[in-house]
Amino acid sequence: MENNSTPLIEIESLTQIFGNTPEKVLPKVNDGMSKSDVLATTGHTVGLRDINLSVNRGEIFVIMGLSGSGKSTLIRHFNRLIDPTAGKIKVEGEDILTLSPKELIQFRRHKMSMVFQHFGLMPHHCVLDNVGYGLSIQGKKPSIWKNKAKQWLEVVGLEGYEDQYPSQLSGGQQQRVGLARALCTDAEILLMDEAFSALDPLIRYEMQTQLIELQGKLQKTIIFITHDLDEALRLGDRIAVLKDGEMIQVGTSEDIILNPVDDYVRDFAKDVNRAKALKVKHIMERSKNRVIDCDSAEGLADAFKKHDILVWTKSNQLQGVVSKNRLAAYQAGRIDSPLLHQSSVKEKDYLQTVLPIALLADHHLLPVLDSDNQVIGCLSNDAIAEVLSPSFDAA
Amino acid sequence: MADQSWLTEFPDMSRRELLGIRKTLDGAYRDFSRAYGDQIEAFFDPLLSFLVWFENLLLNTPWWLVLGVLAGLVYFMSRSWKLCVGVSVSLLAIGYFGMWDNTMRTLSIITVCTFLAIVIGIPVGIMMARSNRAQSIITPFLDIMQTMPAFVYLIPVVMLLGIGKIPGVIAVVIYAIPPVIRLTNLGIRLVPHETLEAATAFGATPTQRLFRVQLPLAMPTIMAGINQTIMMALAMVVIASMIGVKGLGQPVLKSITNQYFTLGLLNGLAIVALAIMFDRVSQSYAKRTQKHLRGDHNGK
Repeated sequence: MENNSTPLIEIESLTQIFGNTPEKVLPKVNDGMSKSDVLATTGHTVGLRDINLSVNRGEIFVIMGLSGSGKSTLIRHFNRLIDPTAGKIKVEGEDILTLSPKELIQFRRHKMSMVFQHFGLMPHHCVLDNVGYGLSIQGKKPSIWKNKAKQWLEVVGLEGYEDQYPSQLSGGQQQRVGLARALCTDAEILLMDEAFSALDPLIRYEMQTQLIELQGKLQKTIIFITHDLDEALRLGDRIAVLKDGEMIQVGTSEDIILNPVDDYVRDFAKDVNRAKALKVKHIMERSKNRVIDCDSAEGLADAFKKHDILVWTKSNQLQGVVSKNRLAAYQAGRIDSPLLHQSSVKEKDYLQTVLPIALLADHHLLPVLDSDNQVIGCLSNDAIAEVLSPSFDAA
Repeated sequence: MADQSWLTEFPDMSRRELLGIRKTLDGAYRDFSRAYGDQIEAFFDPLLSFLVWFENLLLNTPWWLVLGVLAGLVYFMSRSWKLCVGVSVSLLAIGYFGMWDNTMRTLSIITVCTFLAIVIGIPVGIMMARSNRAQSIITPFLDIMQTMPAFVYLIPVVMLLGIGKIPGVIAVVIYAIPPVIRLTNLGIRLVPHETLEAATAFGATPTQRLFRVQLPLAMPTIMAGINQTIMMALAMVVIASMIGVKGLGQPVLKSITNQYFTLGLLNGLAIVALAIMFDRVSQSYAKRTQKHLRGDHNGK
């Protein structure tokens, strides 16, 4: 987590124009001529326009967009499978566009590895040789890379498949081989180009889970391309939305859902399962207006002048949720406890785990705890209902 | 009305002009072959001595030893007893019908021609696959080589080098090389883009890409090309016999001029037998080395 202040990868005003004489068309593109006008007047296609982004060490950075938005083109710039028409690509501060062919090969061998949409495995090599491919072309001894490849095969759950050929494996298994191959070189940066898009939904979910688990242990820097917002929200620490070769928005999951910058992003976010993507902390009420700390239930009476329901804490320890009527009944001796319920939720819980608790709790108010079990605010059912309703309209 | 005759007759150039062109070209080529013929012959001398040595080796070795070595080679390439027995029986039949020596001569020249075609053809095919410009330049030449009647390019070769083995080999190679070039080019171009991209992304050098990805994946296609090349080389044997290449072609030529039907048929069948041998052995060798293409094998 050191060096977190300086980004690992920085891309500055990257532009990619496809055609015969891209450098002649570049000024027009820089002047803001639209993609269709450029195509009509010059026959050139604007692949990417003025992309600026930075990726931090150890994060999963998701680039999302529909097909044709330029996301696969963009990821191929990170390891220079495609060279840009203009712009800079800096990795650890060094512009990789200035690398000589030999340096570039070393860079690809040690700094970055890649997972492909259609796996890109070598059909003529067995699984073990595929996983060890990166190391074997570095000239490492077979005894070394075979060992290592075996270990990574175990990590992805494919032990015993060493001597099979890719064509004998299912799609999910093949992509595990692709993932093991990428991890086997110990490269710090992992490029994943629609890595799970060719898999069926169940296997895709499984692979996402595996990636999240692996990332927890390995702390790689991952650039992940997808057209699936649910996948982006599940995996991404930050998400960049690409449209027609332009970067529209970069932000965290809740930025994309709650503060979309335009209709394109809003449409994208509309159909997403928000209960899965949003956490309690995104919609909770952070003020302590309705949290009252006092030693005995009697002390609460004052606070009920403003609210009907309150969260009661005693020396910062959560006691429960109290209502005005219930307190009155308690004071009259008709019931044993002034508490409505003692349920609570954590700020880092996803809404989908909170929903059953919220439905069961009386009177629609839940205390929210931080990781030290301190009450930091409360969550009302109204807030949940609002954000989950189909007609939810992000600001 | 003489000036309007172009309506009824093609306005061709006069005979005199045409004769002039022919004379100049023929003269120039004759001068060229006189001036450089010896050097060019000297250049091919090592090949000639190898050809002679190889032919003598096959002819002077006792027939049973040649048969044994060939059968062993077939087994080594194909790992199939059936094929091995088939080849031995055909060779025995060929020997029994008195065509052993001629078959050995043909075998030696076909082996050398095929080898040359592969050694020249595969690099040319690789070059074509790497550059679109090379492809657009070489393709018309391949078209010419394949469609130009073989007799036509026999003329300059004979003018330059006289009759004998070397011009025969050159004619056969020119005729038989296009398939291996074309299919090497095609095979490399058909390698999946993503596989190649993966190799690049993991830091493969251009040489590693060629030898560890492109050529192995193109191999089934290249083998098909080699196969075609062998077949075409065998088909050329009869024509090559017209310029003094000894072997199964000469009796065929003799049969045509003298109408010896049986002699022609027997020698023709011997050529067919050789062709089938080459074909089956190279095919099964290719299949055996491409085990990843078999869906059902169990990893052994």
